[in-house]
Amino acid sequence: MVAGSATGRPAGDANDEPEGTQAMSEVEVLEAVKPESSPATRGGPNLSATTAPRARVVARDVHVYYGETHALKGIDLDIHKNEVVSFIGPSGCGKSTFLRCINRMNDVIEGCRVTGEITLDGQDIYARELDVVQLRARVGMVFQKPNPFPKSIYDNVAYGPRIHGLAGSKDVLDGIVEGSLKRAGLWNEVKDRLKEPGTGLSGGQQQRLCIARAIAVNPEVILMDEPCSALDPIATARIEELIDELRENFTIVIVTHSMQQAARVSQRTAFFHLGNLVEWGETEQIFTMPNDERTQGYITGRFG
Amino acid sequence: MLELVILALVVLGFIGFLTARRRVVAMAAESGVHSHSLPAYHGTFVALWVGLPALLLALAWLLLQDSVIDYLILAGLPEHITAGLDDARRSLVISEIRSIANGQVFGDPRPELVAAAARLKTWGSLAGWAMVATCAALGLLGLLLTRQRVHPDFRARHGVERILDVLMIACAVVAIVTTLGIVASLLFEAFRFFERIPLGEFLFGLNWEPQIAIRADQVAGHGAFGAVPVFLGTLLVAFIAMTFAVPVGLLAAIYLAQYSGPRLRTTVKPLLEILAGIPTVVYGFFAVLTVAPAMRAFGAAIGLDVAPNSALAAGGVMGIMIIPFISSLSDDALNAVPRSLRDGSYAMGATKAETIRQVLLPAALPGIMGGVLLALSRAIGETMIVVMAAGLIAKMTVNPLDSVTTVTVQIVTLLIGDTEFDNPKTLAAFALGLVLFLTTLGLNVIALRIVQKYREKYD
Repeated sequence: MVAGSATGRPAGDANDEPEGTQAMSEVEVLEAVKPESSPATRGGPNLSATTAPRARVVARDVHVYYGETHALKGIDLDIHKNEVVSFIGPSGCGKSTFLRCINRMNDVIEGCRVTGEITLDGQDIYARELDVVQLRARVGMVFQKPNPFPKSIYDNVAYGPRIHGLAGSKDVLDGIVEGSLKRAGLWNEVKDRLKEPGTGLSGGQQQRLCIARAIAVNPEVILMDEPCSALDPIATARIEELIDELRENFTIVIVTHSMQQAARVSQRTAFFHLGNLVEWGETEQIFTMPNDERTQGYITGRFG
Repeated sequence: MLELVILALVVLGFIGFLTARRRVVAMAAESGVHSHSLPAYHGTFVALWVGLPALLLALAWLLLQDSVIDYLILAGLPEHITAGLDDARRSLVISEIRSIANGQVFGDPRPELVAAAARLKTWGSLAGWAMVATCAALGLLGLLLTRQRVHPDFRARHGVERILDVLMIACAVVAIVTTLGIVASLLFEAFRFFERIPLGEFLFGLNWEPQIAIRADQVAGHGAFGAVPVFLGTLLVAFIAMTFAVPVGLLAAIYLAQYSGPRLRTTVKPLLEILAGIPTVVYGFFAVLTVAPAMRAFGAAIGLDVAPNSALAAGGVMGIMIIPFISSLSDDALNAVPRSLRDGSYAMGATKAETIRQVLLPAALPGIMGGVLLALSRAIGETMIVVMAAGLIAKMTVNPLDSVTTVTVQIVTLLIGDTEFDNPKTLAAFALGLVLFLTTLGLNVIALRIVQKYREKYD
């Protein structure tokens, strides 16, 4: 169940939906199964040469406590490179909590305690000597609500490269900003107004700006916490397309409440319930032949 | 007499409230329909109509009663007393009659005046009782008229709400009218000042010596009303105060908002705000008795000549006073920055300091600017500290170790002691007050505009 199928991705093995808006309207979870080939991913943008992600997140017996509350109860999960993993489950089941463990964003929450082991490329991210600043440069995050900084579009994307000192000169920085915006599919819409505030964009554009901001530091893993929950279907379709393109270069973990979305964008799916990781495996298997009856109940809408 | 009126109206209103409430309940039960408004609204409607018109009448009556009686008394005086008297003398006669009526008899008053005083007493009590009777009658009338309208279909709630609307509007109007009245009096007196001293000389003159001889034989200056040195002094003191308060207040706010634990924060923030509650006169003697001598001694030790009432002492203590304005408003502004922006920055791998510098401060800047400008207008208008700790002589200097005077200090000194209200020396206080008012008004307007304009940014 652990390795194997997830890394190399045989054609037609999952439920890719690169076609955007039309596909969005489909209600049936697993209807559209297409041979995988979105031109953007296959075309191999030259930027992909700069990244050779070796990321592999391994979680063993992870427990999280918020004060007295036992929020996560022993999670064991592997995330392989260049795959999209989606976390599904009813509200309060711990999927976002686990997501925030991977870049230690739980550190900023008062009274939060994490036990167990999470490694990124074999390195314990909760080790004492690990610098959380460097960890977060390797594990980027996109939030539920688009949260561009009250700065210009350019400065939003340049934020990460600047604080991590990635760009030695203005030209390099310009290149990073342009490349990131292009990869986030936003360049053509904003190239003439880079100096305008990022908060002036539409919701979907703002979320793509946040994705551009996250990929500007070239992370290995991108965590997405319900990235489309505040967006309309068209903007959602755009982001889903983008996630599929980004898989070429990054490992992506996405929390979602939409099972259609999980089915469309991810290769593997993990189902959380009441702080437990009930079941995880290939997306197709989870949605067609779940092993656990709780999973079955959730995906068929009997609870959740 | 007003007490009696109020008592009568309260009793009548209470009766009206109870009967109307009972009546509408009974009528609704009888006809079997559901009353449009709750019974209490019917009662309130009647009570308001009983009380308010009669109360207004009583107030108007009290305002007019004295002048009407005065007029009648004057008209009733024999010809030889009032003949050839101007208004001021007439009012003297009236005051004499009033004091006789109150039993304060000085010397040997003329018999006509004693007679008039007796008449005044009778008329006064007559007028008082007439007022009670009229108001009670009006209240009764209101009770009877509105009782007619009590009916389950009658929309009493709408009526009550309309009356309350009018009451609230009236309260708002009182505040606005008072402000306008103050501005108008400032403008009027300042205008009288500028009739004597040209506006240009006041605004651009470099010499401020408002001492004017009141009598011809006094030895005093001719007066010079160039306000520039006075305003320069105010700006110097305010600038010193801001250079103390802005960094300290801002850094304290950043510490409280970002670094301190919740327990420390809940202790330190109220403590800081106590600073705002200390009476300014206490700051004043702190400045003049503690800070100024200490500065003078320190200056002497390092070979600097510090004036006993230096701008530095006054400005420094004023700075301490306005720290809580800046720290409290900046702290609120920093806390108002959405958590998502903070998380976004941390998730990019930014450190706390980078997050504060690059995300929080820019986002909170409008709120911080608003706080700083409010503090600045407070510093410019502050009086007590500078009256006690700053100097009296207007000097054209920006040396913080020297003694300067401020606009507020000059206003205080101009109005203390014997004053004549047609003298430029006294009127100058109004001109200074006007300019000061315009300055702080402008600063407040700018502050509010900045805060408003950028507030929607993080919604």
